[in-house]
Amino acid sequence: MRRKEIFVLAERCMGCHSCELACATAHTTDRNLHAAVLRGERPFAYLWVDKFGAQRVPTVCKHCLRAPCVEVCPTGAMHKAPDTTTICDHSQCIGCWMCTFACPFGACDRGDGQVLKCDRQCLDEEGVPACVRACPTGALLWMTVEEFAAERRKPRRRVAAAAAG
Amino acid sequence: MVTKCQVSLDPAVCEMYEKARRLGVETAWDRYQAMLPQCGFGETGLCCRHCLQGPCRIDPFGNGPKKGICGVDADVMVARGLDRAIAAGSSGHSGHARHLAHTLKKAIAGVAPDYRIKDRNKLHAVAKRMGIPTENRTDEEIALDVANAALADFGERETPSLWASKVLPEVRQKRLAEQHLLPHGIDYEIADIMHRTHYGADADPINLLTAGLRCAMGDLAGCYMGTDLSDILFGTPQPVATEANLGVLKADAVNVAVHGHNPVLSEVIVAMAREMEPEARAAGATGINVVGICCTGNEVMMRHGIPAATHSVSQEMALITGAVDVVVIDYQCIMPSIVNVAECMGTTVVTTQEITKIPGATHVPFKEETASEDARKILRIAIQNFARRQGRPVDIPTHKSRVVAGFSVEAIVQALSKLNPEDPLQPLIDQIVAGNIRGVCLFAGCNNIKVPQDQNFIAIARRLLKENVLVVATGCGAGALMRHGFMDPAKVDELCGEGLKSVLYAIGEANGLGGPLPPTLHVGSCVDNSRAVALAAAVAEKLGVDIDQLPVVASAAEAMAEKAVAIGSWAVTIGLPVHVGVTMPVTGGPVVTKVLTEKVREITGGYFIVETDPEAAAKKLLAAIDERRATLGLPVPGGVRA
Ligand code: SF4
Ligand code: SF4
Ligand code: SF4
Ligand code: SF4
Repeated sequence: MRRKEIFVLAERCMGCHSCELACATAHTTDRNLHAAVLRGERPFAYLWVDKFGAQRVPTVCKHCLRAPCVEVCPTGAMHKAPDTTTICDHSQCIGCWMCTFACPFGACDRGDGQVLKCDRQCLDEEGVPACVRACPTGALLWMTVEEFAAERRKPRRRVAAAAAG
Repeated sequence: MVTKCQVSLDPAVCEMYEKARRLGVETAWDRYQAMLPQCGFGETGLCCRHCLQGPCRIDPFGNGPKKGICGVDADVMVARGLDRAIAAGSSGHSGHARHLAHTLKKAIAGVAPDYRIKDRNKLHAVAKRMGIPTENRTDEEIALDVANAALADFGERETPSLWASKVLPEVRQKRLAEQHLLPHGIDYEIADIMHRTHYGADADPINLLTAGLRCAMGDLAGCYMGTDLSDILFGTPQPVATEANLGVLKADAVNVAVHGHNPVLSEVIVAMAREMEPEARAAGATGINVVGICCTGNEVMMRHGIPAATHSVSQEMALITGAVDVVVIDYQCIMPSIVNVAECMGTTVVTTQEITKIPGATHVPFKEETASEDARKILRIAIQNFARRQGRPVDIPTHKSRVVAGFSVEAIVQALSKLNPEDPLQPLIDQIVAGNIRGVCLFAGCNNIKVPQDQNFIAIARRLLKENVLVVATGCGAGALMRHGFMDPAKVDELCGEGLKSVLYAIGEANGLGGPLPPTLHVGSCVDNSRAVALAAAVAEKLGVDIDQLPVVASAAEAMAEKAVAIGSWAVTIGLPVHVGVTMPVTGGPVVTKVLTEKVREITGGYFIVETDPEAAAKKLLAAIDERRATLGLPVPGGVRA
């Protein structure tokens, strides 16, 4: 089966920031929110929920096949993993923000002096990303391109229903 | 074959859960699944909606917002949330108590003929404790003073509320007064919490927690008052044998479930059910079978041996049997969804109180003045439903456990007096000193959908009993234990360690029971957590120590309701280590979490132990008991740990 991607139905987003919190939690030592908070861990979220007018928009790396961020990275820190996800090797990142500049979506932001972006190191036992799992409204979907496109061809209401169901 | 399932340890519940799934009837567990994932901000207490600028959410990891729009930080946010939960819980218990105080006044005034002073010994004992004169006065005069004193405990007072202070050993009263932890009026403290947690008021987390604990002490007043007034009106419980679990329903009888909390309603239902037996038989039933759900079930079990059907999170399952003709409710812990289940199963839900109406239920206003008439109306609905149900198949699980309940402090002291008539508490103290009783644990609180029903209670109780900890239980914690046989004297040999076993046998045999007391002692409903306080206070006073020195702990292993938060908070305030088996929405506030689990100990001697793993929780409770034993200079099994 083809790899699944995270698709965004921004119109379903409530702006609850649960995806961000879940992403950060997935990047703690034991993926336990309470335990990590009590230990004082400070993980970042690798996606962002913004508001434009009345619209809330979650943004996460698309893991572009021909990724502009990879193309511009001078050190090769930003690279393609064997599964074609786009990953940053932080030991090589010099913090030049070229990837931030090149990414058409704003999916590379600043962390502690180095770039911050989705690394897909958050999948649960069923292989679902933490942000998708956390979203209560189905604004984030975990589907193959084919599945999503097939849904997209249907009337919009049905896409929303598929997302909810 | 015993049915097992993910949602509950109770096979009867599992059977009904599967039936509900088969029928496509939605249950709390379905709604829980639909609710997942739950929001992490809410889970950690970092969501505030106290003003219309909100909701504000603080990033617990510190990279996003660190403050609400008004500027409150994480600790203030969680402290304010906790305070409001305590205030809500306190209003529940004290509302229950106030209802009883008004009922007592109506009884004395002669306008509520179904109620009377049933236990004058208790009346005199309460009056004496509260400094109300009894010499040369009629019971009615004394009772009126008690009821008025109770009502005077609510509004703002010059002196601390009587039911939050006079019920404690003097050293504890003094210590709490010094720390400003005695409430000056139950309602007053609740309103104070609402005020100080309003936008732009208290922003000092420690100050907020102090106020929260003081309000929780108002909850203790409500609980204690609830017990006192119920005992005066309906009698102080004495040991009684009965049964628990869905197997207590009877296919050929009119089944009436009393659900909720206040015996003001359920007592009259029980009495009228007896009177209306002929009417039920005329309709073709073998009789009227009143069963309990939740705490009002505990109230009538303690006083009349009314069997318990089920508790808390599995309340819908009683209806899934198809055998319940009427569920009559008063207030608190009633899932409004029972109306939908009732509709599917042919049950009628009867609401009775102005503060708890549910669309789809039949509302029969229950007034103390017309109590028996109102009860008859309700029972008649049940008889009619039975007539309609007759012949239709029902699914009543066969599971039920034998239960010996009714252990009020008075009953415990009376049982102990058979060992030492002059000084009944001495045998208990001797056994604690000798180590046959290593300590005492109070199991309290609810079931919580986040925990497979009863799992934590059963795992922890199993371990503590083997380690010779005397277990007393209230509320749905008692419910969990009773449905699994932990209140059946025949299970003592299997469940209890040698020391505890010898004590339970000795007391049982001295009382002519021909066997032991049950492995765990049912001390009553949630308000009856006060009975555990009464016992601890009596033992502490006799030993000349404070409550925080006793090897006594508490566990709300599957806490759910805000009332449980209030109870846990006052238990910490009177000096007990209190285990909570689910995470509390305060973890987002590091200072608050540290205060509640550690620092508060310097002030009250009590503290919270938050532990979701039941085996680890049992170990922590035992460690807390042993630490206190060591400090008292008592032997500790396996020696003192460093
Ligand atoms: S960071 Fe931006 S450019 Fe790079 S793969 Fe992700 S979405 Fe594409
Ligand atoms: S910030 Fe790091 S990853 Fe991005 S382009 Fe520069 S070196 Fe590459
Ligand atoms: S979890 Fe879903 S609804 Fe909430 S902010 Fe993220 S995308 Fe939006
Ligand atoms: S009270 Fe403060 S934190 Fe709470 S919603 Fe209002 S502005 Fe936000």
